Amino acid sequence: MRIARSIDIPSGATLSNLYREHKIEYPKFFKMDTLCKLGFLASELLLEGDADRFEPREDRAVLMFSRNGCMTNDINYEKTMADYPSPSLFVYTLPNIITGEVAIRNKYKGETSAFLLEEYDEGRMWAVVEEAFQDSVTTSAIVGWIDCRSESEWTCKAYLIER
Amino acid sequence: MKKRVACIGYGALTPVGITPADCYNAAAQGRSAITLHKSTFGCANAFVASLFEDRIAIAGNYTFFDSLIIRAAAQAIDSAGIDPASDRVAFILSTIKGNIEFIGKQDISLPDSAARMARYFNNPNPATVVSNACISGLAALVQGRRMMLTGRYDYVVVVGAEVQSQFIVSGFQSLKALSEKPCKPFDASRDGLNLGEAAAAIVLGDSAIGWELAEGAIRNDANHISGPSRTGEGSYNALRYVLREADINDLSFINPHGTATMYNDEMEAIAIDRAGLANIPIFALKGCFGHTMGAAGILESIISMIACDNKTILPTKGFEMLGVSVPVQVSAAKRSCSGSSFIKLLSGFGGVNGALLFKKGGQA
Repeated sequence: MRIARSIDIPSGATLSNLYREHKIEYPKFFKMDTLCKLGFLASELLLEGDADRFEPREDRAVLMFSRNGCMTNDINYEKTMADYPSPSLFVYTLPNIITGEVAIRNKYKGETSAFLLEEYDEGRMWAVVEEAFQDSVTTSAIVGWIDCRSESEWTCKAYLIER
Repeated sequence: MKKRVACIGYGALTPVGITPADCYNAAAQGRSAITLHKSTFGCANAFVASLFEDRIAIAGNYTFFDSLIIRAAAQAIDSAGIDPASDRVAFILSTIKGNIEFIGKQDISLPDSAARMARYFNNPNPATVVSNACISGLAALVQGRRMMLTGRYDYVVVVGAEVQSQFIVSGFQSLKALSEKPCKPFDASRDGLNLGEAAAAIVLGDSAIGWELAEGAIRNDANHISGPSRTGEGSYNALRYVLREADINDLSFINPHGTATMYNDEMEAIAIDRAGLANIPIFALKGCFGHTMGAAGILESIISMIACDNKTILPTKGFEMLGVSVPVQVSAAKRSCSGSSFIKLLSGFGGVNGALLFKKGGQA
């Protein structure tokens, strides 16, 4: 297992600017919660320029790690739930939607999983990634420690890992 | 020699039984706690669900959710007879929303719940939370199996639970995913799911005895974040992977997700048919327990193990007339079966699907 590429999105960066700077065309981006925006942009930056990008494939996993999962969006949904529960906010109250967004964008039909750890723990994260390669179909993975503490404060490190 | 990762102990608590045997008997007899709730959790609109009546927490600073995962884990640890304080034991928690009922009021962090559970048993290792929507329990078992295969652990305790709340109920209502009646998996008149509460736990060990988790896979549809693929793509790919070296003729049954939503059951029938399994009996348990979310993969695997031990295909409570486009063999009534393996399927939001192949072991 080796790190083929890595990127970091600094905490507090203006994500819509990043989207425009990289000339991404994917209007669904604007519907996403902050966690999914970060996962989406991180994967876009990792994969930018790859020739065979949107060919369907089953051999690439998407594995996302964090402490807080989708907590910031949970707070947004909670504000709506008593009077006018918002289905478009509710679908983002799952820590694994970020993996689904990356899979849909890139036509990845492989494994997608979300893990939450008590604290940032690289050793534990790499152990889980290595364990994921026990699936003989999986030959590479988009891996992220993407943790939103609020809408403007996060850690976003993402990697392209090869078996 | 490759390890044989097997279930060496289990525990379960549901509104119809507080041991695995009680839960199994309820499923075998077609009993359920699914009922109409008019003002529970302060929800504005009535809903039908399977909820615990007794919501007492264990002594100490534990919520009801924390208490459930500890009680399920304790049952499984006792039945396996292992020392949970060993550094050769790891804990995995499967849940989707954990303590979400306390949002804005107290700590609702999922990994903090997992850590409190591990600490309760004096376990020194960091606990891992698997939160993979409705396949969380199955994904947690796959993760536990992988951790066992690395050789770093002698035992992995996999615990799954879900407690319902206004947060979850209002969300599913907003998605129009809930039935206003007891759910009807695979039935022609099915119109949605019922939410449920449960906790369940499995201790994994390296053993010739007990049910082996022979193979597991997780695959994405890469289609939609809140609706399944119409071709059953991810579920079919997961099935195909776990069947690579399996003997289809030895399968006793398939226990699918069977949520009783229009799209899920149709998708699963298509995936099962595409995998060449349309002749294998299937039964779904949501009519008995409701959709127990983070617990479902573990609870339904335990019930399936006991069913197969008893050479029994369980009834699909709520099912009367087949309502999917391919002729899968949904079992309406309890009957006998042969074979010594079965498949558990789950699918969930985020487009994620899982399949797990279980194989019977020697007798204790």
